[in-house]
Amino acid sequence: MKYDLIVIGGGPAGLAAAYEAYKNGIEKILILERDKELGGILNQCIHNGFGVHSFNEELTGPEYATRYIEMLSSTNVEYKLDTMVLSISNGGEVKTVEAINTNEGYLTLDASAIILSMGCRERTRGAIQIPGERPSGIFTAGTAQRYINMEGYMVGKKVVILGSGDIGLIMARRMTLEGAEVKACVELMPYSNGLNRNIVQCLNDYNIPLLLSHTITQIIGKHRLEAVVVSEVDNDKNPIPGTEQTLECDTLLLSVGLIPENEITKNAGIDIDRRTSGPLVNEAMETNVKGIFACGNVVHVHDLVDFVSEEGGKAGRSAAKYIQHLIVEGQEVTEIKNGSRVNYTVPQQIRLENISEAQEFMFRVSNVFKDVNITVRNSEGDLIKKLRRPVVTPGEMEKIKLKKAELEQAKGSLTIALEEVV
Amino acid sequence: MYDVAIIGAGIVGASVARELSRYKLNVCLIEKQNDVSEGSTKANSAIVHAGYDPEVGTDMARLNVRGCYLTEKYTKELDVSYKKIGSLVVAFSPSEMETLKELLDRGNKNGVPDLRIIGREELQKFEPNIGDTALGALYAPSAGIVGPWEFCIALTENAVVNGVKLYLSCEVIDIKKEDDVFTIYSANPSIDPIKTKYIINAAGIYSDVIMGMVGEREFKIKPRKGQYFVLDKSQGPLANHVIFQCPSELGKGILVSPTVHGNLIVGPDAEDNVEREDLSTTKERLEFVKAEAEKSIKGINYRESIRNFAGMRAQSERPDFIIEESKSVKGFINLAGIKSPGLTSAPAIAEDAVEILKNIGVKLEKKEDFNPIRHQTHFMQLTPEEKAKKIKEDPKFGRVICRCETITEGEIVEAIRRPVGAHTVDGIKRRCRPGMGRCQGGFCGPRVLEIIARELHLPLEDVMQDVDDSYILVGETKK
Repeated sequence: MKYDLIVIGGGPAGLAAAYEAYKNGIEKILILERDKELGGILNQCIHNGFGVHSFNEELTGPEYATRYIEMLSSTNVEYKLDTMVLSISNGGEVKTVEAINTNEGYLTLDASAIILSMGCRERTRGAIQIPGERPSGIFTAGTAQRYINMEGYMVGKKVVILGSGDIGLIMARRMTLEGAEVKACVELMPYSNGLNRNIVQCLNDYNIPLLLSHTITQIIGKHRLEAVVVSEVDNDKNPIPGTEQTLECDTLLLSVGLIPENEITKNAGIDIDRRTSGPLVNEAMETNVKGIFACGNVVHVHDLVDFVSEEGGKAGRSAAKYIQHLIVEGQEVTEIKNGSRVNYTVPQQIRLENISEAQEFMFRVSNVFKDVNITVRNSEGDLIKKLRRPVVTPGEMEKIKLKKAELEQAKGSLTIALEEVV
Repeated sequence: MYDVAIIGAGIVGASVARELSRYKLNVCLIEKQNDVSEGSTKANSAIVHAGYDPEVGTDMARLNVRGCYLTEKYTKELDVSYKKIGSLVVAFSPSEMETLKELLDRGNKNGVPDLRIIGREELQKFEPNIGDTALGALYAPSAGIVGPWEFCIALTENAVVNGVKLYLSCEVIDIKKEDDVFTIYSANPSIDPIKTKYIINAAGIYSDVIMGMVGEREFKIKPRKGQYFVLDKSQGPLANHVIFQCPSELGKGILVSPTVHGNLIVGPDAEDNVEREDLSTTKERLEFVKAEAEKSIKGINYRESIRNFAGMRAQSERPDFIIEESKSVKGFINLAGIKSPGLTSAPAIAEDAVEILKNIGVKLEKKEDFNPIRHQTHFMQLTPEEKAKKIKEDPKFGRVICRCETITEGEIVEAIRRPVGAHTVDGIKRRCRPGMGRCQGGFCGPRVLEIIARELHLPLEDVMQDVDDSYILVGETKK
């Protein structure tokens, strides 16, 4: 069976990508989803706050997913659920996807183009090496969210949360509403990585203390978690002796970061950006393999699903153009470089021929900075664009848009940086 | 009445159980935890040592070399992950190069095959990421790596298939001997006292306590703790062999090795005077492990760490393994003080145990129907055609539950239904690997728990993470 486009992952990025590709004239589209339903992680996000940008209203996660699923139901986009992609081959004109499911068994599917939209996974205790014993009762926040919202089971009664990422904050409120006592939210950095609105609505409103510049230095419990030791950290993030306090708890939730899930990508030989842990992409959200595109959290971790959908839409439009042979294979590639205090940028390169009016760049800063300029300079150091910001933080993705005329001044590369206001 | 009761279902107890299941004997294997392989067997370096370390003439030397050979044979019979990747003992100074010569000589005397010393140039070919200060290495091609808990589980399963009775959650609290019959009392009220003619004590770090229940404590276990990192498969290719540093009085030093499943393992340190139950990791010790390992292999990215753990080496105050009938209690055989290379030696220790039983009068008659073979489905190792066939036979093989290790529901159900079936989330993990990967069960944990509850007709709250009382869920949410 030959498809024009196969989309791997039916979460918000994949749904938007498939829909936009269809709207742009692509007929044979297949979405492969490993879970039992479309929607991805949105299905376990029963809180509201989704869709403020896309739909101008506050939807819950499942409602937001339903909007896209309904949009797709009026198209002839196909999907297969409970289907796991084992590998993709990146060979030339025809790309092959190998997958399995319970009904059809082993599938070998051909496509002209592939969109990668597998999302991300959570960092674990092992990744951050919390010392101590290894009892049960330690969950990543998203896993706890699944148990509570999807399975209908509580994971504990006395809770400490490590990390103040958005899922952790949301779960602090969720656990409290379910009758658990959330003793503290502990954050290593001197600032939270979560959205400000979540700190207010999920911690402050329920009097849950946010311990900034603190971390967990010991796990206690032979069978089930019994307590954690929390210590203050110095400027180098090392625990300060003498500041230890023991918090009795049966549950520790970890909200310590998300990592794009790119094993299929890596196995297909697609180049990965060490900084984003996602594939390197160009202005079309295309990877270094022609005809394989990527979007959403598999490329870089977003704050808001609205922006994931937007990026998915872009990948879908680009894939449509690729299938219709409308992408100009430009000779000149403009590299986008991370300047001072910028951790990463997406896309990492652009081809001016394929940009009709303007290009938006997304990036994250390395720390909290007040009253700074976001600058874009060309390969010779000339200032092309400058935006002054009262505050920037790593927890909120930054964007800057350049018009084609501005991009044309790049002379080979553009460097995005934070510079002091002088 | 049993002929032989084995106390402790770690790698030693499991090996003895399987060895005894070759004979027409009534044998039981007694384990205090709710699954086998729960002690030192699940927390060690997972190395099959070649045998150049132990002093010439010791039991350790003999059993190590023999065990290294038997491990390769048995893992094939039992479908257990094993790779003969060879080991390198790396020297970082001229004096350590001298030590290598001693090791070579000792290894040759111990009967280790094909040992040789290689220089920096060849070492660098073997190991492109070797540390800059490495001068050369002792190369032992017979060394390898194994899945230790997989091996222990497979040995137990095969023993059970061949007639051994397994008692789980059966903590021995007292042993009485009367008229040449032992009575073993457990803390489990649903298990009647167990009567047996002979006892094999394979209780690991508690073997001295078990000995003390029936006679004098003829030895003392002084556990030595070691801490480790396990890193993502992205780091596995950094090393091609088991890479040791030159040994010192504190043991074999920090090793860096790929695991049988393609991860990288780094560790252990050595810490004495520790509580038997203290398996906690500490920041300082882990930092030490990292710093030492950097000498061996450059560029290990610890951001790709997926797990830390600590394990206990069950050392006694004696330099050699303790493999003998108790002096104070006839018919009570100690297999104790099984420190490194205990995992490697276990299959050979089991042969010794049988020999001791024979020498004290146990009649050994081989079973005609002993079946040494065991199979397990490893879905991802099948060809596309075999995969398709497997899914057609049982659609559960078409549903991937663990996306990091690509483990299907079919494999998980098989692990539950096997002779020594899993009934905990970690029990499943040890048998077929869901949760062993980079997400550490974040995605698959809830689904594995659901499958266990479904297959064993348990409420979700009753499914444990691992040992008894390691519960995961506390009850339903508000309606």
